[in-house]
Parts: sequence; structure tokens; C-alpha cells
Amino acid sequence: MTQSILTDIKKAAKKSLKAKKDALANAQMQLEILNGELFADGDLPYFKDKIAETGQFPLRPKTLEVLQINVGYMCNQVCGHCHVDAGPDRKEIMTRETMQQCLNVIRNTGAHTLDLTGGAPEMNPDFRWFVEEASKAGIQDFIVRSNLTIILANKKYHDLPEFFKKHNVHVVSSMPHYTRGKTDKQRGDGVFDKSIKALQMLNKVGYGMPNNDLRLDLVYNPSGAFLPADQAAMEQDFKKALKEDFDIDFHNLFAITNLPISRFLDYLIASDNYEDYMYSLVEAYNPAAVESVMCTNTISVSWDGWLYDCDFNQMLDLKVASKVKHIKDYNDDVLSNRDIIISQHCYGCTAGAGSSCQGTVA
Amino acid sequence: MAKSYYDPADLRKFGKITEWSEELGNKFFDYYGKVFEEGALSAREKSLIALAVSHVVKCPYCIDAYTKDGLQRGITKEEMMEAVHAGAAIESGATLVHGVQMMNKYDKLSM
Repeated sequence: MTQSILTDIKKAAKKSLKAKKDALANAQMQLEILNGELFADGDLPYFKDKIAETGQFPLRPKTLEVLQINVGYMCNQVCGHCHVDAGPDRKEIMTRETMQQCLNVIRNTGAHTLDLTGGAPEMNPDFRWFVEEASKAGIQDFIVRSNLTIILANKKYHDLPEFFKKHNVHVVSSMPHYTRGKTDKQRGDGVFDKSIKALQMLNKVGYGMPNNDLRLDLVYNPSGAFLPADQAAMEQDFKKALKEDFDIDFHNLFAITNLPISRFLDYLIASDNYEDYMYSLVEAYNPAAVESVMCTNTISVSWDGWLYDCDFNQMLDLKVASKVKHIKDYNDDVLSNRDIIISQHCYGCTAGAGSSCQGTVA
Repeated sequence: MAKSYYDPADLRKFGKITEWSEELGNKFFDYYGKVFEEGALSAREKSLIALAVSHVVKCPYCIDAYTKDGLQRGITKEEMMEAVHAGAAIESGATLVHGVQMMNKYDKLSM
């Protein structure tokens, strides 16, 4: 009996909130929580009021630097903290037609960085075609966010390191900790060993090696209800441990704060950490981080071509407040003249040294 | 009044002690902040010392605060538990070393 309950719980953990028909799969429900009594009763200030204290409301975009494209929510992993609610059961996948619309923008944009994310972007059937086409556009920095384990998930992915190298892709990979226990707890059993193997494969073709231009950066997310520590200190710890234990090299570590949305919000509520976590974020609020928060230089595109201020707003279904809302109608001038949509999850990007897909900002 | 002496939510009100004595409160927090900066000891080492002392002085607020601080710094649970044992060893040693006083007194009083 107990065994079968445990099996059920384990199975449930391997499904997305959407597949479980969990109420929190609904963006509206998440926004209600983020606007809930903790803020409505005045215990904590709304993000809007907080940034108004330093004259930073409304938040406005600066020059576009990063075009971030989410090519689908399908993933081979079901990580406990995932803000996308990604997993093998997610069927939202960008079509070649939408990719074509993205390419039209990539070829004409002034953005210096193209950033592909997911899900596991490699699981999109047109991923390789898209990378080949996009790499011809001559973008300065072409990032693919790879979860590492995908490289070992199936024979057809084993050559990804070579493929990335061929197209001079900048690989950014998640690695929650340099110890097995913490990594597997957040991302699933066996993830640590596979990630280590994948990093060694990337190193082997030259990625992450000192003095090599094939860039390999790691992303650290705290595996629990706490904020990341100093990025430089964490990078030193990671470098020392991964080199000594596994002879792995990488370039930089990006420390990213978990935002209270989707599966991480579900975890915070279930573990009775939500209130404390929001207090921690607000207490660590840093107005200097607001200045460089990533929504001011990024546009996020969803699998179906809609435009958002960031990947988090995408998951909360908060489309850009602009006449242009879809990649097919993309227009830099119109988009740059918009107010960025904010809510209380934004405190995640302004805590401490700030947080973005490129790590700290302040 | 609260029915318990300790309320976890009180930890985040710690800063309010300045309201009743601004000068002393501010001096304390300035000192506290300075102590935990990087110095001859790293902030990481000081965090582990603080965790050990938190257990020795049995302060539930401090234990909550420095467990979280350790997690944020990437300190492992093995390191944290060893720090707690270091504190516990000193504390039990401090008790046991008084055994010498007992022995001295016993010997003095005995024929």
C-alpha cells in the first residue's frame, strides 16, 4: 500500500503541472497568488511601488540586445524548479513556419545575441535546420541553452557537441551543484552523472577550455527556497570542484535566482516557504539591478510566435503591451515604445546583484 | 500576546530593535555587518562558525538564518554538520573539563 502511494508520488513528480491538471498550470492562478494578500494587505510593497520609489516606474525598454526564442516546452527532464513547466508530456513545439518568421527578424535585427531556449531546444524536430539557418545571419553571440543530459538521452543526440562546434554555438548549460545529491534532487535521479559525462564530451571537442573560443558557460540555480550567493565565489567553488573531481573545464558561471512562478511557485507553496521566500526577495531588493534588468534589452518569443518582455512573462501569459504582439508583425520601433509588464515575480530579477539569463546584472 | 516564546516571523523583525534605541541598535548592526565581511577569514568560514555558535547558544533564529546562509553559499550539509559537531565538542568539553575541578575537590576533601 505505502509502496504504491510512493510510486504514485514519484510518477506524479515526473509530470508537468499541466499534465497533472494542477490549478497552478494556469497563469491567471499564478498571478492571483503573486497579487495576493501578502502584497494586497500591505505586508510587502508591490513591485510597481518599489521601483517608483527611485523613479524607475514605468519600466521602459532600452536598445534591443538579445532576441530569446523558446522553440518548445518539450523536455527530457522534469526539474522541480522549472519556470516553463517543461517535460516530456509538453507538446508545444515551434513550427518551421514560425522559425522562418523568426529568421526574417534575426536577419534584420540589431540585437547582438540570439538565445535559443526551451524545454530542451534540441528536441524540436527542426532544431538543426533552424541553427544552420540562424548561424548564417552573422549574429555575434549565438546561444543554445542545453540541459546537458539531452546529449546522452538518445543516440541521435550524441553528436550535438560536434554540431554546436560546427556552427560556433555558445553553449549555456544548467548545473545546479557540483555534488551529485543536490543535482539529482532538483533535476531527477541520474542527472548528475549524465551532466558530468556531457560536459566531458563538450570539453573533448574544445568547449569550455581555457583560451578556446568555443564558449561553455554554466547556470547555477539554487536547489531550494534560498537565493544564490555571490556569483564570482560560486564560480570559484564550481571550477575547483569540477576540475579536481572530474577534470572538467568551463568558462563562466551564471548565478540565476529562481522566480516564484510555475513549478517553483508550486514547490514554495507546498513546502510552506512562499511567504519567507517573498520576504527574502523584497529584503534583497536592489534598485541598481532594476537599471539593467534583462527585460530592458531582451524580447522573448514563444513557440507559437507571440512576443513577451521576458521568458517569465511568457510563462505567465503576459504578452508585450504593444500594438505589435507577434513575430510576424515584428517592428523594432513600435516595440521599443512600450511599457514593460511587471508583477511581484519581478523581485526575483532585482534581488542582490540582480538576476538574468546572463547571470547577475548589478 | 503570542502563546509561544519563539515565532519564526520575528526573525525578519530583528531590525526593529533600533526603534527603541536607535544609536545602540545601529552600532550593533554596523558591527555585525562588518564582522561577517570577507577578511582574514572568508565570509564562508565565518558563516560556518556562526552556524556552530548558533547551536551552542541554542538560538533558533540564528540556526534558521545560518542554515539558509550556508545553503546560499553552497556549503554542503556534511560541512554544516561537522561545524555543529565542532561546537558540540567544545560545549561538552567545557562541561567535562570541570570534571578536573570535581576530582580536585574530591581529593582535597578525602583522607
